[in-house]
Order: sequence, then C-alpha cells, then structure tokens
Amino acid sequence: MAPTCGILPDRALALVRMVLAGILLAAAVGWSSAAAPATAVFESPAAPPVAGRIDELVFAQLARLNLPPVLCSDAVFVRRAFLDITGTLPTAAEVRAFLADPDTANKRRRLIDTLLERPEYADYWAMKWGDLLRIKAEFPVNLWPNAAQAYHRWVRAAVASNLPYDRFARELLTASGSNFRVGPANFYRAIQNRTPEGIAVAVALTFMGARAENWPAERRADMAVFFSQVGYKPTSEWKEEHVFWDPLGTSAATGNTAPGRPAVATIAETLAKAPAVAPVPPSTAPDKPRNARLPDGTTVVLPPDRDPREVFADWLVDAKNPSFTHPIANRVWSWFLGRGIVQEPDDFRADNPPANPALLAYLADELVSHRFDLKHLFRLILNSSTYQMTAMPRGTTPEAAAAFASYPLRRLDAEVLIDAINRITGTTDLYTSPIPEPYTYIPADMPAVAIADGSITSPFLALFGRSARATGMENERDHKPVPAQWLHLLNSSHIQRKLEQGPKLKAVLDSGKAPAAVVEELYLTFLSRFPTEAEQKEAATLGQLQTVRPAKGAKAPPGPPKTVLVKRREDWLDLAWALLNSSEFLFRH
Amino acid sequence: MNPLTPPAFSQVPLGMSLSLPMTRRDALRVGLFSTAGMLFADGSVMGAPAPVAPAASPVKARARSVIQIFLWGGMSHIDTWDPKPEAGYDYMGEFAKAIPTNVDGIRVGELFPNLAKQADKYALIRSMTHRNNGHETAAYLMQTAHAPGERLAYPSVGAVFSLFKSPTYKGMIPPYVVLTQPQGRFSEEGFLGPKLKPFATGGDPNAPRFEVEGVVSRGVTDARQKARRELLQKMDTMGAAMAASPQLRASEEAKRQAYDLILGEGREYFDLSKEKPALRDRYGRHTFGQDCLAARRLVEAGVPYIVINYPGGWDTHSNHFATMRRQCPQLDQGLAALLQDLQERGLLETTIVWCCGEFGRGPKVDWQPPWNGGRNHYGNVFTALVAGGGFKGGQIVGESDKRAEEVKNRPVYPVDLLGSIYALGGIDASAKLPHPMGAEAHVLPAASEGAKSGGLLKEIMA
Repeated sequence: MAPTCGILPDRALALVRMVLAGILLAAAVGWSSAAAPATAVFESPAAPPVAGRIDELVFAQLARLNLPPVLCSDAVFVRRAFLDITGTLPTAAEVRAFLADPDTANKRRRLIDTLLERPEYADYWAMKWGDLLRIKAEFPVNLWPNAAQAYHRWVRAAVASNLPYDRFARELLTASGSNFRVGPANFYRAIQNRTPEGIAVAVALTFMGARAENWPAERRADMAVFFSQVGYKPTSEWKEEHVFWDPLGTSAATGNTAPGRPAVATIAETLAKAPAVAPVPPSTAPDKPRNARLPDGTTVVLPPDRDPREVFADWLVDAKNPSFTHPIANRVWSWFLGRGIVQEPDDFRADNPPANPALLAYLADELVSHRFDLKHLFRLILNSSTYQMTAMPRGTTPEAAAAFASYPLRRLDAEVLIDAINRITGTTDLYTSPIPEPYTYIPADMPAVAIADGSITSPFLALFGRSARATGMENERDHKPVPAQWLHLLNSSHIQRKLEQGPKLKAVLDSGKAPAAVVEELYLTFLSRFPTEAEQKEAATLGQLQTVRPAKGAKAPPGPPKTVLVKRREDWLDLAWALLNSSEFLFRH
Repeated sequence: MNPLTPPAFSQVPLGMSLSLPMTRRDALRVGLFSTAGMLFADGSVMGAPAPVAPAASPVKARARSVIQIFLWGGMSHIDTWDPKPEAGYDYMGEFAKAIPTNVDGIRVGELFPNLAKQADKYALIRSMTHRNNGHETAAYLMQTAHAPGERLAYPSVGAVFSLFKSPTYKGMIPPYVVLTQPQGRFSEEGFLGPKLKPFATGGDPNAPRFEVEGVVSRGVTDARQKARRELLQKMDTMGAAMAASPQLRASEEAKRQAYDLILGEGREYFDLSKEKPALRDRYGRHTFGQDCLAARRLVEAGVPYIVINYPGGWDTHSNHFATMRRQCPQLDQGLAALLQDLQERGLLETTIVWCCGEFGRGPKVDWQPPWNGGRNHYGNVFTALVAGGGFKGGQIVGESDKRAEEVKNRPVYPVDLLGSIYALGGIDASAKLPHPMGAEAHVLPAASEGAKSGGLLKEIMA
C-alpha cells in the first residue's frame, strides 16, 4: 500500500491549508454564482484528500503554481473509471447504483477494484498493448492472421492474469518457436525492419521508452549485437515461421527465407555491410565467449552457449534498472493522466527530463516493491486524488498541464466510441478483412475493443484515429478532431440508422414512461448522470404544438383552440442525437 | 475475390527488388536534390500557411488538381492498353484484336472504342514496373513510391499533393476525396495524420440521389438540420462549462467546418442532378461513369486530389474474360467522357488524370483449374494511362516485350511516375514532409535510399 503521510512537513501543511482555502473559495463561488449549476454537475465540493505520496508530490507542484486541486463529482468519476479501466460506458443501472451508494468514503475505491476484475478490462488493455506490440496481420508488419491471433491471445491472457511486467517483457524478448503456436515469438516478427539494428530500435522503444534511431550510431550498433542471432525460418505450413536462436546464421543462407519475406536475407546483407554489428564469423562463434556492450555502457560477456537475447533480458528486466522501471511507470501514468511525467511517454532521453522526478521515481519504486504488479500501480494511481480531479481546465498554461492540474479531456478512442454507440443503441458493426483471401469476418457481437488484429477493415475506426500499429509509438493513436469525423457523427447514415433503428434505444424511447423519466433515462445512458433542472426544462420544450380537437359531437369551447405540446418520435431522436454529439459524450472528462 | 483462390498468391516475396541499390538517371537526381525541403515548424497541416518553396523543377507547374482512377486489384495490361495480337491465344485469350486510335501508330484493346477516339489526349506508359506482386505492398509502392518495409509508413500521393496544395485551396470540401469507397490497403494519410485522410463519399453517384456520407443525409430536412444544431448548442452543458478548453475549441472548429459543408454550398458539387441528362448519359449510367462526372465537378470546386477507386476492382484470378467484358466498356465510356468533358471545359490543361492498378496481370493466361482462364498478379511490366495537367497526349512511353512480359525499353518506376506528377503540380520531390516526431522524411525517396528510377517522364511533359 502507499505510505500514508503521518507527520507532514511544514511545507506540506501549508499546502493543505492552501488547498482547503481553494476549495472553500471554489465552493463559495459555486454557491453564489448563477453559472454554478453546470460546474456542480462536474465537480465535487469535497476537499481533495491527500490520499498518498502521489498527491503529496503533485499537490506540492500545484501549490507552487497556485492552482488548488478540485475533485470531480461522483457522476463524472463513475463514467471516467469505466472508460479508463474497461473502455466501456456504465449502464444507466450501474450509474444509479453507484450514485445511490451511501458509502461515500469507500465507493470509489470499491468501484475501481470491481472494474479491474472485469473481462472488459482484459480486452481493453490487450488492445492498448496491441498498439504498442503492433498486433496486425497485414501491411506493414505482416504477422499474418493466425499469428496475429496467437499473439493477441497471449497478450490478453497476460493482462487477464496480471502477469508481472518483468516476466511479460522477458517472455516477449526471449521467446522462440512457431508464430502460430508461441504467441510472444511474434514480437520479433512484428517489426518492419528485421535487421539486428531494426530489432534493437523496436526493443528500445517498447521496453525502454526510447527512440534509439536518435542514439549515437555506436550505441545502437552495440545494442544490435544482442539481436544479431535472431533467426527466422519457414515451415511447410503456409505462412508459419519459426523464430529461433540462430548462432550459426543458418537462416541467412541463400534461399532459406521465410515465405513472403526478404528480410531474412536482408540480415545477411546488413551484416556484410556493417562490420560493427556483425557477429564473430560462424566458424569461430560457437565456442568463444565474447564481449558486448549494453545500452548503459557496461560490458557483459556473451557465453557461446547462451542466446544473447537472454543476456540482454537479464540486464533489462532487473529491478534496479531504471531504464526499464521508469519507462513503464511513466507509460502507466500517461495512460490514466493523459500525458507522461516524461512526455512523450516513449521519448526518454537525457535532454527530456521528467516534469516531476520524485513522482516518477516513486511510481517505479512502487512497481518494483510489488514485484512488477501492474494492477497495483493502476490501483495506486486510480485511487489518488490527482487522478480524480476535475476536467475543468485549471489554467491552460503548459506548466499547468505538466503539473497535472486537471484531468485532461481526451476524445474517446475510436473503438471505445463505436462500442459505446452500439451498446446504447443495441446495434452492431460489420468488421471484415479483405486480405488475405478468404475474407475474415468478425462475429457481430464482438466489440471493436476486443478485435485482435489491427488490419481488420473499418472506415469508422480509421476515421477516428485507431492506431495503424506500424511503429508501436504511443502517438500512433490519434485523437485530433477533423471535420470529416463530425460529418460522420452529425449526419451519416451509419449513425442515423443506429439512432433510428437500434432496438435498445427504441426500448427506452418507447417505454411509455412520462417524458421526464425518459429524459432521465437518456441522460443516464448517454452521459452517465442525471439531467439538471435546466436540461429537463429544455427537453420539455421539444415537440410540436397540436390543436386539441373537441370530442365528436361536443361543442367547441369558446375562445382560441387549445393546443398541447406533443413529442413525436423524431423529437426524441433529435434529443438522443444531441446527446450523442455532445462533447460530454464524446470526450473522456 | 474468388473464395477458391488458394493462398499461394500472397506467398510471392514482397518488395524483393527494392532493397537492391540502383543508380538513377541524372535527370531525376537533379530533380530530387535541387532545393532544401520545406519544413512545418509546428507540424500542422491545414490552416497553417505552408511555405512551399518554388521547386527548382525543370517543368512548368500547371496541374491544380489530380484525378486518380485506381484500378485496384490490378487491371490486365495485355487485354487493355498494351495488346499483343501477335502473341497468340495463350496470351490474348478471348480478346485477339487491337484497334486503331485517332493517333497514328497507337492501338488499344478491342474493348476500348471510345478511348480510341480520345488517344490524342492521353499517353500510355507501357513500361511501368516495380516487380512486386503483393496487393498491399504494390499499392503502397504505386501511391507512395517508397519501399514497403521502411520504418515510416509514408502518406499516399493524394495526401502529399493535398498537403502542398492546401495553402491555396480554401474550399469547403475536404482536399482529398475518394469516390466512393476507401480502398483500405494501407493508411493513405501515413504519418501526416487524420487531416489528410481521404474523405470517402460513400453513396452511389448513379443512384437517384448521391447520398454523400455525412453531407447529404436521407430524411433530415434542412430545417430539422438547423433545429438540431441549435438543440445541440443548448444541450451541450459540458461544452459550455469548459469552453476554455483547447481540446473543445479545436473540436468546435472542426464541427463548424463540417456544418459549412452540410448546410453550405459545398454540397451542391455533389448534386449530379444539376447536370444535363445527355451529358450524364455520355459518362454512362453506371457507378463508374457517374464517379467520373462527380470527379469533374469536384475539380471545378477546386478540390486538389480526387481518387476513384474502381467499383468492384480488377482482381481477376478467375472468371477473367467475363469480368473484363463487363467492366472494360464502362471504364472505356466513363474515362473517355471525362477526358473529353475536361477538355471541352478547358480543365484538362490544369488537371492530371492518371489511371492504373497496383500492377498488371500475368500476360500468359492460366488455363488450369482453379483459374480456368484467369490472370494473376503481375508487377514486372504493366501499363499506366496519364493525361492532362501538362502531360502530352497521343504519346506512348516505353515498350514491353513481344508478349508483354518484361520491359523492353525505358522502364518507368513508381518514383518516376509520381515524381512527374509532383513536378507538374509544382511540388518539390525532395521537400521534407512534416513528420510528427520530426523524423527525416521526404516526398520521394532519395537516390541514396536505393529506389529504382528510369527518370522523370520528360518526353511527355509539355
């Protein structure tokens, strides 16, 4: 568990006082101001507790920037936790239950614990790792479909069983065997440039959060030595390929290449061209130990009877190796807080220092002291007041963002967005892959988040910035807004059809309940909160005035004919449409 | 396309020839290494003025727009624009004849009587080659000219062309439009990000109403559209509360631009009912014909780059001759009408039309089961048609051998074709592309990267 702050140093005490003052101020403003109701929906009047070391370290920086932290409301939290932990929206019933739960001191923590055990958790984080590990059957990494499935199955199982991160990394780095049977062996196949240097660059990016293409050539070449004996060989099964330790360079022999891949031969060419990278010639290699230099500059011996990848993994996954522990701690932080302590999260280098070094060191220490238990780190961050802060912009300076002054707005991931729309409306999307033949069709009930293979075709996912899974960089997933996305959301037949024909939405609209109750259900479903009074009022004005005709035979009453406001089906659809297109629905907040 | 297709085809080694270094001709070297490239300081793409340095190109930049007709799947060259009647039945199969055109000495396949009358407007490059037989790798090569398998996933020519034209293009329609379906072989915007992703119209221009996805919607009147917009404005509680957020501001701006298209004049360009019925007939009352007509209207709107992904494609492993008999007449009619119409309107001078697949098809017919008279992927030699925007018509570039199996003379590689299109568009092929990570990336690969070249198409550039 996180160390709770027993005795606070003076500075921290001063900070807490400031924080409290800020809350009181914010509450006072909220209470008196006419614009308050909107803020009250999204923010909590409670003072953010200093829940642990994370909050101490973050609040200290905020105090220096004079930005007192503000907590998000319970309604915001339930939505945020569902989206961030499982990539799904809570149902209206789940929202009601959470908001009604009187155990205010513990209910956020309990929700976090529940969500971390859901199957959707494993789907969502396998998708995240799928981006970084480039799980894609076709161009440009060309894993081929069977192998993409095997790779994904292994990653998802690792996430579901919470495989300690050092073992996760070691297995990916040292796996050998068939791409169809040994999931992690595909790590070495999901690399466009399969030269020793190309592999070294991919390893550095994935596990060291570093862009080795910008390193001095010598350092990169040194690291490449550890990957100079990775062999690939085909089998008689179509598109099956073995990854194996190949100290003799047998797979580089002419004609001994994998189907569809000139890369094996390329390794030989590269070695011939770059003597710095070349291993000792095969005639002498097997029986002579030799030296190799690790990325941190130390020298190790490569015994002739050991796969150099294992020697590298021994060094890398060591608990005392900050170039392994810091990048993963930073990545996890960035996944929840929207930006890394080192930003970009995969750009560790001497001239890109962490914005809060003590925080990064603390997170890495926590990971190590809990035996690389990633869920522990997730829990630690999710339970912090820092994570639970409001998304209301708290100063728009770069310093405020780097100090994590508020929860950052991020548009929903492409897969999460379409899954949410489908789940609310009760519709599905067709996902297929036209290559290779025969075509692949994904079962209709599978959510987009759970799709293993990044080459599955979907115009929607492409439009909304799903990762191309070509480079394994964090920023390959793109949340930038473009007009074409709005055309699609506002006005495409794809979305309109879901709204008009989706059976689940229909059931809400045709429930026969009073209009105010239907509005409430729509708000809980789309926005995970109750409508405000103002919103109910606005929704009540929707509809068409119709004249009340007197009953047959009755005399029309004197005066102008009476009218009533009638809600037609399209009025309800317009309201659902507006909720779907609201920034509150489209953004994680 | 055929469920019987055995997997053997994808086993063809991908990108084989590209790792071999090769000297390129001096002409191109000059073109590629002339000026320092442009650089976007903030990595932004549209909106920000892009300081396009005038390319030190030897050709005059004329092309404002490009229409790319992508014959995806790979159209057979020997049945169409590189006929070899002398090669006999095993090669020519059912289409034994070549027909004369309105240019002496140029003959095309018998299924192209309309294009035969327009040969003065286009050039046929009969020596296209890249020796790559995989759909996705070849499609990437033909549309980026970069070798598949490099670390970076490059943007397509359409994204690059739109990027460089975006400082001068102020239209409401996105600068890079696909009629009607995206092809999906690779991410066309590459590392340039979603702003340069092609806008796929969806819908069918040959339907009574061309319902462009997101622009022209069924069953929502303008009045309701406006009422909805107001409702959204009123109901967007969080948007109002967090109006200061830079993320929401960017999102709102994108939404405003979308509404300009939904409720503004931009959509008129998609309304083919504004065309005379006789002209629509001339293009052909089929999806491809009306795609061509829609493309012409988009050129009039100033859209820099338009792709027509040929409906249904040309991947004719089997059932080849029947498919050709059905599709070629439509290609012939639509493309011929497009060239004629562009010229009559004075648009051909400033509009490049280029038309080819990612490769050709095996010139020797495969009569064995399961193909039963099919043709398979073939990247050794194939034909591309280019017209307008500074390309001279009535020309033949290069030559294949007597059975259309290999390049006989004047090889033209993807880098030469795209380099020529860039040159005519006034785009410096050595210019730097704005990579989000600041990686070194250029419009076309430098000679040192080993891309094969036969030189720019100077012989047909006016």
